Amino acid sequence: MKLENQWPKYYKKNVVTHYCPGCGHGIVHRIIAEVLEELDVGKRALLVCPAGCAVLAYHYLDIDVIESAHGRGTAIATGVSRANPDLFVISYQGDGDLSAIGTAETIHSANRGENITVIFINNAVYGMTGGQMAPTTLLDQGTTTSPLGRNAALDGYPLHITDVVAAFPGVAYAERVTVATPGGIKKTKKAITNAFQTQIEGLGYSIVEVLSPCPTNWKMTPLQACRWVVEEMSKEYKPGLLTDKREEKRKLKA
Amino acid sequence: MSGNHTIGEAAIRAGCKCYFGYPITPQNELGEYMAANLRRAGGVFVQSESETAAINMVVGGAATGARVMTSSSSPGISLKQEGISFLAGFELPAVIVNMMRGGPGMGNIAPAQGDYYQATRGGGHGDYRTPVLAPASVQELADLTMEAFNIADRYRTPVMLIGDGMMGQMKEPVVFPEPVKEFPEKKWALKGRGEGPSRYLASLILDGLEMERHNWKLVRKYQEIAERETRYELYLMEDADFAIVAYGTTARICKGAIKRARREGIRVGLIRPITLFPFPTKVLQEIAHRVKNFLVFEMSTGQMVDDVKLALADYQVDIAFHGRPGGVIPTPLEFARVINRHYLRMKK
Ligand SMILES: Cc1ncc(C[n+]2csc(CCOP(=O)(O)OP(=O)(O)O)c2C)c(N)n1
Ligand code: SF4
Repeated sequence: MKLENQWPKYYKKNVVTHYCPGCGHGIVHRIIAEVLEELDVGKRALLVCPAGCAVLAYHYLDIDVIESAHGRGTAIATGVSRANPDLFVISYQGDGDLSAIGTAETIHSANRGENITVIFINNAVYGMTGGQMAPTTLLDQGTTTSPLGRNAALDGYPLHITDVVAAFPGVAYAERVTVATPGGIKKTKKAITNAFQTQIEGLGYSIVEVLSPCPTNWKMTPLQACRWVVEEMSKEYKPGLLTDKREEKRKLKA
Repeated sequence: MSGNHTIGEAAIRAGCKCYFGYPITPQNELGEYMAANLRRAGGVFVQSESETAAINMVVGGAATGARVMTSSSSPGISLKQEGISFLAGFELPAVIVNMMRGGPGMGNIAPAQGDYYQATRGGGHGDYRTPVLAPASVQELADLTMEAFNIADRYRTPVMLIGDGMMGQMKEPVVFPEPVKEFPEKKWALKGRGEGPSRYLASLILDGLEMERHNWKLVRKYQEIAERETRYELYLMEDADFAIVAYGTTARICKGAIKRARREGIRVGLIRPITLFPFPTKVLQEIAHRVKNFLVFEMSTGQMVDDVKLALADYQVDIAFHGRPGGVIPTPLEFARVINRHYLRMKK
């Protein structure tokens, strides 16, 4: 088999990645490209990329992309999807983006049941700005703005935003996965496939939360970072299906 | 028809496909009109969770090539500024209505013109401007709303339509232009890559020189807008030796005041900027060859007066100012008295 054939159609060739070694973003980009091809929606896809390490997603994904102001991805995705319902709309967001500054947009786009897919990269820090505390930072986790570790009394608790939106009637599909192990990556691909299919069928909002290593800001090697996702992050944020109302929604549609 | 409803009807006739907004007085009737009538016309109405969300929905809708709009009043327009800056950076067309109210802060809901600086200087962060249209009658609200969509598309820029509660709530007869049937082609719109190459819209330009080029490109666009889109009205200026400068609601009040003053033999006229950006600098300069006394009226502490001073910096003229900020509506009588006072001073 020629290597050429394995290159996903919607992943640009001959590009040098700006992501750090061991970063989860690149893995998720590749999965998105693969699933777009497998479900044949790449030609009508529009991805909204966030303020965050993935701001340059259009350097890699060979589909139409619009950049978002910090946190406003799902508002832009709402505008895109309402103005042109034929487009396949993905909002790609980090945890600072989605669960701090963009919380209102996250909650309300989910509550309206917008027919969009949200890919939520949870790396428990603000990656791009240098590793500050995020709403998702674990208790006792050290970051540049929680140097002694996150202190619940002063900094609040890790925010489980995907669990919150999963409870909404407008949210058809929500799953939490990791890209820290080969098994996790497989499950991630399955979850993203389900989420994309939800949108293709017009069943409403779908979200996949990906627990994703940020070795640079966690001050770990890529291997240690993967281990930390499995051993620490996954304890706070349990991977698994959070909601699947697709059958119910299909019946409603029929 | 009321001003707010008129904007809605004109927008629908201009082919506005999506309206995104959040309630705030004194422009609620516009959103309500769109909820009923734009949806009936097959368009999109979304009551957003905030003005911030609304302007970003506008960004998304505009990126697909649809004609889109949002409306608000002063505090809500402040929240939209980040999004307007992105629209300018992306070079996306959109129409933003600001029915100004008294401020700062929550202020009040009465007519005011305190957002002139914000509207004409860009308003959000970064080096950009937004064309600003300031109607002074319900008919003009209709005409300029439709024109706002054209200017937005022609130059790929956000355009602001600015008024206040008086403009929004007053009722006057209005004749609507025929609905627009043909729209300019938008090759740049994101529609999915299809069989072609993928494209992206980004305002992030990390390379300094490239960012600078983008900034100068925007400047050239604004210069072209200034050359081709500057609008103003001259009222009783032919024989005037004294010129009032005012826009919007204030200009209407000025017309009453000018009629009174003329009855007393004062040869006073009005220069009414219809575009606040671009500002009608050239016409002010032409008039300054024969008129040496200018009086600027605003429902603010004095913002547009700066543009008058800038326009006439090289002319030996006297520029006076009279303002009523905070939502106080001056009467024609008050303005007539002010005109009289300045006229006497001028004749000394
Ligand atoms: C309005 C605004 N505030 C702050 C920033 C700076 N900023 C850029 S990205 C970012 C956080 C990114 O963190 P996250 O969303 O977790 O994504 P990651 O980089 O970790 O992938 C911040 C605070 C900004 N661009 N805009
Ligand atoms: S800082 Fe973290 S999230 Fe950003 S590219 Fe590096 S590893 Fe990835």
